[in-house]
Amino acid sequence: MTNFLLHLLLIFGLAPLLPGVIARTKAVIAGRKGQPLTQLYRDLWKLFRKDLVLSRTTTWIFRAGPLIGFAVPVLGALLLPFGPAAAPLSFTGDFVLYVYLFGLARFFTILAALDTGSSFEGMGAAREATFSILVEPTIFVAFIILVRISGDFSLNAMFGAVGSGKLLQSPTAFSLILTAFCLFIVLLAENCRIPFDDPNTHLELTMIHEVMVLDHSGPDFGLILYGTAMKLLLSSAMVVNLLLPVSGNLLLDLTAFCGALLLIAVAVGLVESAMARLRLIRVPQLLIGTTLLSFFGLILLLR
Amino acid sequence: MTNVTSSLLLAVILLNFFILGTSRLGACIRVVALQGALLSLLPLFLYGVNIHSLLLSAGALLLKGWIIPWLLFRAIRQVKIRREIEPRIGYITSLMLGALTTAIAFIFADRLPLQPEHMQSLFIPAALSTLAAGFLMLITRRKAITQVLGYLIFENGIFIFGVLLTEAMPLMVETGVLLDLLVAIFVMGIVMNHINREYSSINTEHLCLLKE
Repeated sequence: MTNFLLHLLLIFGLAPLLPGVIARTKAVIAGRKGQPLTQLYRDLWKLFRKDLVLSRTTTWIFRAGPLIGFAVPVLGALLLPFGPAAAPLSFTGDFVLYVYLFGLARFFTILAALDTGSSFEGMGAAREATFSILVEPTIFVAFIILVRISGDFSLNAMFGAVGSGKLLQSPTAFSLILTAFCLFIVLLAENCRIPFDDPNTHLELTMIHEVMVLDHSGPDFGLILYGTAMKLLLSSAMVVNLLLPVSGNLLLDLTAFCGALLLIAVAVGLVESAMARLRLIRVPQLLIGTTLLSFFGLILLLR
Repeated sequence: MTNVTSSLLLAVILLNFFILGTSRLGACIRVVALQGALLSLLPLFLYGVNIHSLLLSAGALLLKGWIIPWLLFRAIRQVKIRREIEPRIGYITSLMLGALTTAIAFIFADRLPLQPEHMQSLFIPAALSTLAAGFLMLITRRKAITQVLGYLIFENGIFIFGVLLTEAMPLMVETGVLLDLLVAIFVMGIVMNHINREYSSINTEHLCLLKE
């Protein structure tokens, strides 16, 4: 029960802070003061009090997209262990459910984008679909590596086996570091961060995620922003789970876990400050390269 | 020490992937130089500091990390090219082939009847996969300069094999190989200049056309 509450508290409370940390990191690197860290909380508060504008061409799917995009990360948070706190829901093979829950959310986001009837949003939807296909193998190979290390098929055991300081034992260490690196790239790709997509620009022909949600407004848009932030938290939690050793003291571990999440956000901010957006042709190349890297990690583990 | 050497070898394999996937010549040359420099540290970690390994490391570092990259950079400045435009096989495909050959190298190395102390080490698979990456570069790229780079990666793979045999192989052989390499790069630089002057590009395919 405490784990249940803890997971919900973390996902609802901490998630909107991460985009704030990323934005602040970028601002500091660029020599600006930047928006307050709590900007997203205020935006959400503002959006939830606003009215909704619906186009006449849309159907119920248009409303369902943001709702599912909000509900899925909450469900995902219950399946994924957060550092020392084991996942409240856990069963054999739940990592498949975890991955395809997000597939479901993406499917509805794409449908909602197509539902507006705008060719522009259709373009973004096509790109989102293409890139997510290329991301999926990396996630699964990473999970296979974890299954291989832990010998168990549930997310709890997979990340639990890794977290207990096994990282520094030499045979698995290289594969684990490779896996963590690949999952970080997956984080950047899945959450539309800079080498793949620029979340700040509204430069029309280059956007992917932003373009799909252009027609949403008010509370629906708030749900989308909240869902995106929660997804970012979950992706960072996967990387942190891999890298952070567990000491055994629950309070200390939890603090370290939250600190590490913020550190990942800082790392994302640093990547965004240092890199430019890739050309669209180069994106599949990088994603396939990441898949091959994770395969290489698997080879190292299997020999 | 095995930990350091296997990290070095892993880094070398990862650099292979990077080289196969990038189209920028400058980055390519830098990465090949880095690969050579990393490899030149291997004898030190493997055999400890003595005159033989020190000489080998210093020679390799000087040649692979500094002189050859400098020559190559000079060459691309002279012929004014920045990218390999159209390889015979696309970058994604060559990356995949690289991963495939790496996997095969690992499987093959496990089957080889090796000395017991080399059974679990990364040396043989790293050497084989680096050789394969060099071959791939040589086969799939059109420009003379990227073919030279492929040749260099190929030599890096041989170097990894050579390091295993350092005790059996006299220093003279190693230095001979390194010297050969330097001369080969010199010759390729001159050849590249000639191709460039003749056809105003360094595409090696022009050499296949017969001309009166």
